[in-house]
Amino acid sequence: MGRFTYFAVLAFIFVGSAWLEIALRTRVFRRWKRLLLALAVPFMVFVAWDVWALATGHWSIDPERTVGLDLFGVIPIEEIVFFIVVPTASILSLEAVRSVRGWPLGDEEITP
Amino acid sequence: MTYTQLGFLMVVGAVLIDLLVLRTRLVTRKGFWVAYAIVLFFQLLTNGILTGIGAFRYADDAIVGQMPADGGPPPMFGEGRVVFQPFEDLMMGFSLCLLAMALWIFWGRRGVQRTPMAGPPIWRSGRWARGASPRPASTHPGGPGDSDAST
Repeated sequence: MGRFTYFAVLAFIFVGSAWLEIALRTRVFRRWKRLLLALAVPFMVFVAWDVWALATGHWSIDPERTVGLDLFGVIPIEEIVFFIVVPTASILSLEAVRSVRGWPLGDEEITP
Repeated sequence: MTYTQLGFLMVVGAVLIDLLVLRTRLVTRKGFWVAYAIVLFFQLLTNGILTGIGAFRYADDAIVGQMPADGGPPPMFGEGRVVFQPFEDLMMGFSLCLLAMALWIFWGRRGVQRTPMAGPPIWRSGRWARGASPRPASTHPGGPGDSDAST
């Protein structure tokens, strides 16, 4: 898959979690404002960490496995997509478990 | 600071935010741990592929494990690796997902699109349900009939 390797894995994660929206009625995408609010802070923190770690050399990403669009000169576009797709998949999993088991998660009532 | 130290700090930080800052206390809930087990399985699979083929490489002085001296691929287990990926990646994944899930619950609890709640699965009601009656409304508070704003 060459330069689309990383994107293919991201697509697998997205498709592998998004079907829960329909099959288990997770209603995560339907509540997109809440989703965006949940993603915003982790996105900024982890993208900043990633940029710093790539610049420092803590880790590196094989340019032969990415399409070659680098933001800020260091971070491949795939990494940006990763920090949207992966937290979204985790929230879909959480709501999928609730859909099947009905266990409480703490938002059953409004508590300002 | 190494990736190992930062990963550890992020795990502690995410747990403290869940318990003390947002007070969502997700780490005390069964539903969170089952969801995390699913996330972990797919992290081991997908990140295992990417680290196994060398798409991601880590500096020896940033993580606990060392790469083979002959420049070969990382071991599947050993040298701090779990299915090819450094265990530090598992700490990053845990903190990322806990933070996102806690914030999701936090905003819901504040009334931001708290409803419509998840469920039931399509096989329990709707087109695919075979003679099954829909779950009672009480099982899914916030289902149809719960009127607090889906704003």
